[in-house]
Amino acid sequence: MALANGEEKKKAGVSYLGKFFPRLRRYPTTYIGFAIILAFLFIAIFGPMIAPYHYSQQNLALRLDPPSEEHIFGTDQFGRDIYSRILVGSRDVLTVAGSGTALAVFFGLLLGLFSGYRGGLFDEMVMRAMDVILSIPPLLLAMVILFALGPSRVNVILVVGFLYIPMVARVVRSVVLELKTRQFVEAARMRGESSLYILYKEILPNVLPSLAVEASMRFSYSIFLVASLGFLGLGVQPPSPDWGLMVGEARTWFYQAQWVLYFPAGAIALLVVGVGFMSDGLRRMLLPGGVSDVG
Amino acid sequence: MSDNGAVLDVKNVTVTYETDKGPLHTVRNVSLKIAPGEIYGLVGESGSGKTTLARAVVRYLPANGKITSGSIKLSDTDLYQLPREEVRKIWGSRVTMVHQDPNASINPSMLIGDQIAEMARIHLGMNKKQARDRAIEMLTRVRMPDPESVAKRYAHQLSGGMLQRVLIATAMSTNPEFMIMDEPTTALDVTTEAVILDLIHELMADYNTAILFITHNLGVVARLCDKIGVLYAGEIMEEGSIDEVFKKRLHPYTRGLLGCVPRVDASKKDISLSSIPGYIPRPDDLPDGCIFAPRCELVEDACEKERPPLKEIAENHFSACRRVDQLQEKIERKDELREHHEEELGDIVLEARNIKKYFPFTPGIGSLFGSKKAELKAVDDISVRMRSSFTMGIVGESGCGKTTLARCIAGIEEATSGEIELQGKLLAYSVKKRPHDTLKKIQMVFQNPDASLNPQHPAGDSVARPLILLRDMSRKEVREKVKELFKAVSLPEDYIKRLPHELSGGEKQRVAIARAFAADPALMICDEPISSLDVSVQASLMNLLTELQDSAGTSYLFISHDLSAVRHISDWIAVVYLGRLWEIGSAEDVFIPPYHPYTEALLSAIPIPDPEVKQDRIRLKGSVPSPLNIPSGCRFHTRCPRKYGKICEKEEPPWQDMEDGHRICCHIPLEELRELQGDGLLKKSSAGGGS
Repeated sequence: MALANGEEKKKAGVSYLGKFFPRLRRYPTTYIGFAIILAFLFIAIFGPMIAPYHYSQQNLALRLDPPSEEHIFGTDQFGRDIYSRILVGSRDVLTVAGSGTALAVFFGLLLGLFSGYRGGLFDEMVMRAMDVILSIPPLLLAMVILFALGPSRVNVILVVGFLYIPMVARVVRSVVLELKTRQFVEAARMRGESSLYILYKEILPNVLPSLAVEASMRFSYSIFLVASLGFLGLGVQPPSPDWGLMVGEARTWFYQAQWVLYFPAGAIALLVVGVGFMSDGLRRMLLPGGVSDVG
Repeated sequence: MSDNGAVLDVKNVTVTYETDKGPLHTVRNVSLKIAPGEIYGLVGESGSGKTTLARAVVRYLPANGKITSGSIKLSDTDLYQLPREEVRKIWGSRVTMVHQDPNASINPSMLIGDQIAEMARIHLGMNKKQARDRAIEMLTRVRMPDPESVAKRYAHQLSGGMLQRVLIATAMSTNPEFMIMDEPTTALDVTTEAVILDLIHELMADYNTAILFITHNLGVVARLCDKIGVLYAGEIMEEGSIDEVFKKRLHPYTRGLLGCVPRVDASKKDISLSSIPGYIPRPDDLPDGCIFAPRCELVEDACEKERPPLKEIAENHFSACRRVDQLQEKIERKDELREHHEEELGDIVLEARNIKKYFPFTPGIGSLFGSKKAELKAVDDISVRMRSSFTMGIVGESGCGKTTLARCIAGIEEATSGEIELQGKLLAYSVKKRPHDTLKKIQMVFQNPDASLNPQHPAGDSVARPLILLRDMSRKEVREKVKELFKAVSLPEDYIKRLPHELSGGEKQRVAIARAFAADPALMICDEPISSLDVSVQASLMNLLTELQDSAGTSYLFISHDLSAVRHISDWIAVVYLGRLWEIGSAEDVFIPPYHPYTEALLSAIPIPDPEVKQDRIRLKGSVPSPLNIPSGCRFHTRCPRKYGKICEKEEPPWQDMEDGHRICCHIPLEELRELQGDGLLKKSSAGGGS
């Protein structure tokens, strides 16, 4: 049968990692994605040390100065160095979007696992609750919640986490639904394993590849959301060098000084593209059907 | 027609795939000729390159596949030189194909009639009306009941056998010169398979199409084909007419393949199956000499030095073996005879009484409005009793309830009613409510080896878990026992650390068997454990199961739709149809008349890999009725070839007892059945060949 076809050839025993890298090579965008993310991580950690100026150091004599040797990205309306502000601001974006994603992944995983495995009324209730969250446009819902809670770093993280739980839970649940009918799960049930053992040992390891891909996609959406909230003034508050906030403030000065807008917006775009490439690459590597392997 | 009259003339074709690791020559130097009206059977294990070869001869390869040398002629056309655009015009008009999976080959959102008509419109230039008539005509040709209405249906409204007929009708509608059939009956039940094979055979008389028939089933080749080519790792090992090849078997590989097929006239008590050791080599790792040498039992030093060419041994009979002379001397099949075990009745292990399993079923949109619930009667009153060291085979078409019965006994599915008694103790229906010490006594080996092991757990961990959980062993004991179990299922010790994706299908199934035996079960349920594997792997697994049973005394409930396998491995056989038992008895008795008309039909459908065996042709009409709507009286009367009269429609048939516990549930009196069925179905025209 065709099924056994590929299998017989795989026999020699190529290790899992060994198979990763040739695949990676075929998709250079994945490398580019990883490189961009690594660069941003580096900046987030060492940003304040590399930055030529302090992010809030004002120089009113040099307001809206175009890019020059002293200020390579130019200065903003208070004469602050945009380059330094972007370097330092990367920390905010990555931590806020990252923690929000982590929160969503953690609770989404839990809900998805139990909901998918238990089924029945519990599943029905959880999934309908998720549908309610999904039925409201995310930005609108985030704004409502932040108006109520008041804008702050922690609240943005909570909101991002909360908004993306349903997406993660849905993906995990669909994988669990498929896995729980597999015969290795039935074999475990037949030898009397507890539900927790089955979830943790038999099912969870097989959910992880899909979860990794979903998490990377959520991360890129989180960056957007965090930037959007910043832009609307609901995110991290001034004088923090938040990229979204910088874009928002730059609107006023756009006709006089376009660089004030271009550089933070470009930073957001670059990061999102990088994460997108990485998530694409992860999907090709981890999920079957993503790659056409012949031979 | 070309000068030699062949429709397809392929010479020295080599197919190369470009891969990351460099070029792979998956098919090498293959030549074949097919005359008009001839059916050429191409057989080989999976991975031997059958499908690649078939696609190459019509230039239908994936983008990274290329024909790197050779010549292909379709009648007068040189297919190899033809530009791509021209080749596309040939596909569908002069060359057509029937695929393995009928469900995937038919567009689910298009009417059956329109799909056949599409071929006629595009390739024969017909207008809509003509094409429609052509579609109906083709459906009539493939003996479709009520073709007018079938043409107006969608794929999901037809059964698998009917879909396969539609595909054949589509492929035949342009009157092609050459047709490829890629395992067209593999996905079907034996009974349906027999009907389709008959149909192909009959159609051949009307059309002059040359057919390349790909299959892994030697029985199908023996029944249908005129010529056979045995492909191994991309090269032809033996080729010739059906009679010649099956009689003389002038290549050790052909001999090995035929030796793997269980015979319907012998069981595990008499012989163990021969199997071919080792694996088919990968195309990037071929031996220097004869490619079959590493697995051959006749191998000598010279075999490993040079690759022997395909030589003509007798007229039109080719073999690629250097040692053909030795093979010609001894033709007899070398079955290892086993010591005949005297049967002694063991203790009763399992007694299942009146098991019923009904699934609630509300069709379609009705469920929204709370419409009346129907019941799907998957298992309807089945009783079986099993003793220790005993194998009960359960056979029947798909959808007859075999697997549901097994799952009820295992407790994965909760029975609706009935009693399950294990070693004298009543069991709860659900596995969750069964006590720990009974859990280990029933184990299961599943059908699909890919799904039965956790892909993230090393093989050894899968086997170790029941030891820890059910037998409370210490870590050191577990390690020892895992080694012992791997040895028992003939897997090398370093496999303990391998992940399932590093194992072949047969090896995964061995790990699954080791896992089942780890619990030291009294009863092991084998749900089609071998049906997705190659014949040589099937044979070695059946031998393994037999050996393990001899040493451990475990009972097997062996479910399969393959009657020859069941005949080989079982002591008793139960025949199931629509959730009921119809015949039960010892394996020998069930295979000789008188038998139930359903058993008779199943037996006559078995493809037997011996062209000299003449089987009576008893064919079942239609497909299994839905278990939602079970026919009145005898459930089999709608399809029964020996329907007795009105009584079959009105009254449930009685059980009739014969000697040795052999029982049949039928209205026809035993004497009459005996008379109708004569000496049985399996007759040999002469006493030559195998036995």
